[in-house]
Amino acid sequence: MTTLESPPRTGNGLFSSVRRPDGVPKVRGEFAFSSDLEAEGMLWGHLLRSPHPSAAIIGLDLAPALQMPGVRAVITDEHVPGSKTYGLDEPDQPVFASDVVRYVGEPIAAVAADHPETARRAAAAIVVTYDVREPVVDPEAALTADPVHPLGNVLLRQRILRGDPQAVGPVVVEGSYEMGTQDQAFMGPESGLAVPGPDGGVDLYVATQWVHVDQIQISACLALPADQVRIHLAGVGGAFGAREDLSMQVQLCLLALRTGRPVKIVYTRDESFLGHVHRHPARMWYRHSADLDGRLVKVESRLILDGGAYLSSSTAVVSNAACFAAGPYRVPNADVEATAVRTNNPPCGAMRGFGAVQVCFGYEAQMDKLAAVLGIDPVDLRLRNALSTGDDLITGQRITGAAPVAEVITTCAAAPLPAGDPESEPELALPGGASRAAERRRVRRGVGFAVGFKNLMYSGGFDDFSTARCRLEDGTVTITSAAVEVGQGLVTLMGQIAREVLGVEEVVLAEAATAGIGSAGSTSASRQTWMTGGAVEASCRAVRARLLAAVGGRLGVDVAALALRSGRVVAAEAGVDLDVVEAAAGEIFEETVTFRHVPTEQLDEKGQGNAHVSFAFAAHRAVVEVDLDLGLVKVVEVATSQDVGRVLNPLQVVGQIEGGISQGVGLAVMEELVMDHGRVCNASFTDYIIPTALDMPEVAVQALVEIPEPGAPFGAKGVGEPPSISSTAAVVAAIRDATGLELCRAPVRPQDIALRLAMARAPEETRMP
Amino acid sequence: MGELSDDGPALLSYGLRVNGRRYEVSGAELCESLLYALRERLGLRGPKNACLEGECGSCSVLIDGVLECACTVLAAAAADRDVVTIEGLTPADGELSDIQEAFVAEGAVQCGFCTPGLVVSVHDLLSRNPAPTDLEVREAISGNLCRCTGYGRILAAVHAAAASRGAAGRAAGAPL
Repeated sequence: MTTLESPPRTGNGLFSSVRRPDGVPKVRGEFAFSSDLEAEGMLWGHLLRSPHPSAAIIGLDLAPALQMPGVRAVITDEHVPGSKTYGLDEPDQPVFASDVVRYVGEPIAAVAADHPETARRAAAAIVVTYDVREPVVDPEAALTADPVHPLGNVLLRQRILRGDPQAVGPVVVEGSYEMGTQDQAFMGPESGLAVPGPDGGVDLYVATQWVHVDQIQISACLALPADQVRIHLAGVGGAFGAREDLSMQVQLCLLALRTGRPVKIVYTRDESFLGHVHRHPARMWYRHSADLDGRLVKVESRLILDGGAYLSSSTAVVSNAACFAAGPYRVPNADVEATAVRTNNPPCGAMRGFGAVQVCFGYEAQMDKLAAVLGIDPVDLRLRNALSTGDDLITGQRITGAAPVAEVITTCAAAPLPAGDPESEPELALPGGASRAAERRRVRRGVGFAVGFKNLMYSGGFDDFSTARCRLEDGTVTITSAAVEVGQGLVTLMGQIAREVLGVEEVVLAEAATAGIGSAGSTSASRQTWMTGGAVEASCRAVRARLLAAVGGRLGVDVAALALRSGRVVAAEAGVDLDVVEAAAGEIFEETVTFRHVPTEQLDEKGQGNAHVSFAFAAHRAVVEVDLDLGLVKVVEVATSQDVGRVLNPLQVVGQIEGGISQGVGLAVMEELVMDHGRVCNASFTDYIIPTALDMPEVAVQALVEIPEPGAPFGAKGVGEPPSISSTAAVVAAIRDATGLELCRAPVRPQDIALRLAMARAPEETRMP
Repeated sequence: MGELSDDGPALLSYGLRVNGRRYEVSGAELCESLLYALRERLGLRGPKNACLEGECGSCSVLIDGVLECACTVLAAAAADRDVVTIEGLTPADGELSDIQEAFVAEGAVQCGFCTPGLVVSVHDLLSRNPAPTDLEVREAISGNLCRCTGYGRILAAVHAAAASRGAAGRAAGAPL
């Protein structure tokens, strides 16, 4: 277990493990998540969803639902007064399917009733007549299939061409890789409460990742001015990208406006699996060439990501996949083509790592292949190619910030291997765990290594900003921001930053909502520490400057001589020493600041350009034990080093790293949304397996590499995504090491190991065809 | 009983005993789980609704002293049994139990949706086994899914709570 060293500082400012302000209500069970809300006279809503991945709707009979006692409203596409569609990048997704359905789970109607079971029964009683069609479910076939949607099946094709297209090194390795569909599988189901307002508007209390972008989409569908659609952040039970898109927000508001009563919707777990976007499954072809010293000469790649039925954020995901397709390495020549396609599979969009996870699995497998062909140690091969500050990416962008790739590799690789072996471990700790299935002599250890990286913040010319307000009144600081806390601990950091800048202990965080403050941007892309951290810092600095100016003016002291330390305004030579309340002299100081990062640009037609703001890097070394007969894998340990810029809260950074690694481990060995002709086969926590405490390996944080990042508030980089990028690749590399199998697909399933090993062992004539 | 008729489902009345207090439930459908009754009829929303099929432990409660998932128990079947929820394990006046204190101090809480269920599970574990090994802790909480933390800080919190009880026990002269 990772043991934290003593924090470098104590107190409630920066650089120490300050407790999260919502910790006490959360452990007491009193914290109100979106599913915990209630209102007087509240109704329950439920959505009727398509059971088919592709069908025309040729009949819709609502009467059986409307006739049911306790049913207050049944609505469909006809009841959407404004835009009939919505979407993060392009409004291509219907609020309610009306003519065709394009994926299993697509909403067709919504019901409000007195009791949640009545709402479910009523939705089930609606008679929909379908003309079922053959779905497009293969992403490669989608390229030439009939269009799933009027906007076509190619969502974006991103090409990156760098250097000499004819360049080739003496050593070439080639491989095809595949990654299955991962689900964010947050614990708190999609839920919200809509309350109709006296002005004809609506107050929506919902778990989301960006209240202002929800407001824009919802108000367009409701045909209401934005200020009459007031979004309030309700407690968020995890997000990981799945709450970037709208789920039931529009339908819920429509039900409330139609019934004139508060309406609540809480998804069941199967609805949650059907009702939010997933990580894009990917097919990847790679060809790497290198010189005889292992230095990369060229990387070629063709990537296909299945975006499912609607666009969501697929264009940004596939652009990221292309940008990071060659890994954190110096690659002088590159030819990458990444395509996101539309199919009748469930829509895919944002998940932690956002396009960087899929390609890392591919390029790191290639680096291991190259190391094997050249007879070079895999860690050494990576070091020979490691990017550093001043190097160019395959997009031509020069890295101007910290890029301690060699440092994360070196410190992670130096981790001592974990003690223990299959002969001495308790049975419960062996592969198969509580089933006690393993034969000790058939368990093998393996070690694998991987490095990954991705961008921080929004890219490609997006106007990315965050707004925050600082108010100092009677010695209390109130911070107002619409930034969304999803569990990552932004609420802790906002308080830490305010205390650090103003030296005031009492910091109150106002509600995160659309009213009264501008957008804070999305809680995604590892961006809130930088963006909202930056906005909070700037607003607090502005208040501090005004306070000091007021004191200086009142006392006739040069402002430059005044300092704010530990909650006191002091000027030693002038004999000034006032606490903040005295210094303010009854005045209230309030400043609102909008913080922007440096502008970025779109990639050009050759995929070249300064599309990104900053990058974060991490290395992972996994140790696994594999039951060679049953194909079961126990991940024993994941060691890691990460480029973090600056550690603002050590405990929270470690929490992000461990949590991110758990999702990476899950993707390596157990997590896959299994599809059958467009149908999700395992939409439950019984069948979609995520790591339990018994599955989760020890995480050994070897180094938090601290090189303050230029432009980042306090030098801190976001830390949420890098743990999820290369941990999957490292675990699969370790399984390859233990088994000798090629294993080109993640997650690695038991049959991928056991059947292949059994076939390799079997005499030629008994092999299965 | 509880079957659908033209007038809707038959409705039930029964008593529940939760955290030592008796509640009367009336007008309930038979299909209502104990979790639904706790949350929506009694207003006890500490037990959480994550999977609704007994896989995730977010709704962990004690029924007659046995750790159960409230989502897989019919509320009517829990009538007149002794139910304890997170609310019943939480001190009044904003104070924290030693387990709750350890969860906050050790960084075991992120989104917090799994947290109440985990606190109930850990309470059950430490009341049976005051000094569990790491593997015993992992097994005991393996029925409680957490998606945020990777369990590292949760394990640290459980060991911290066990250690504080051990220290308190030694200080009181209790046998180790």
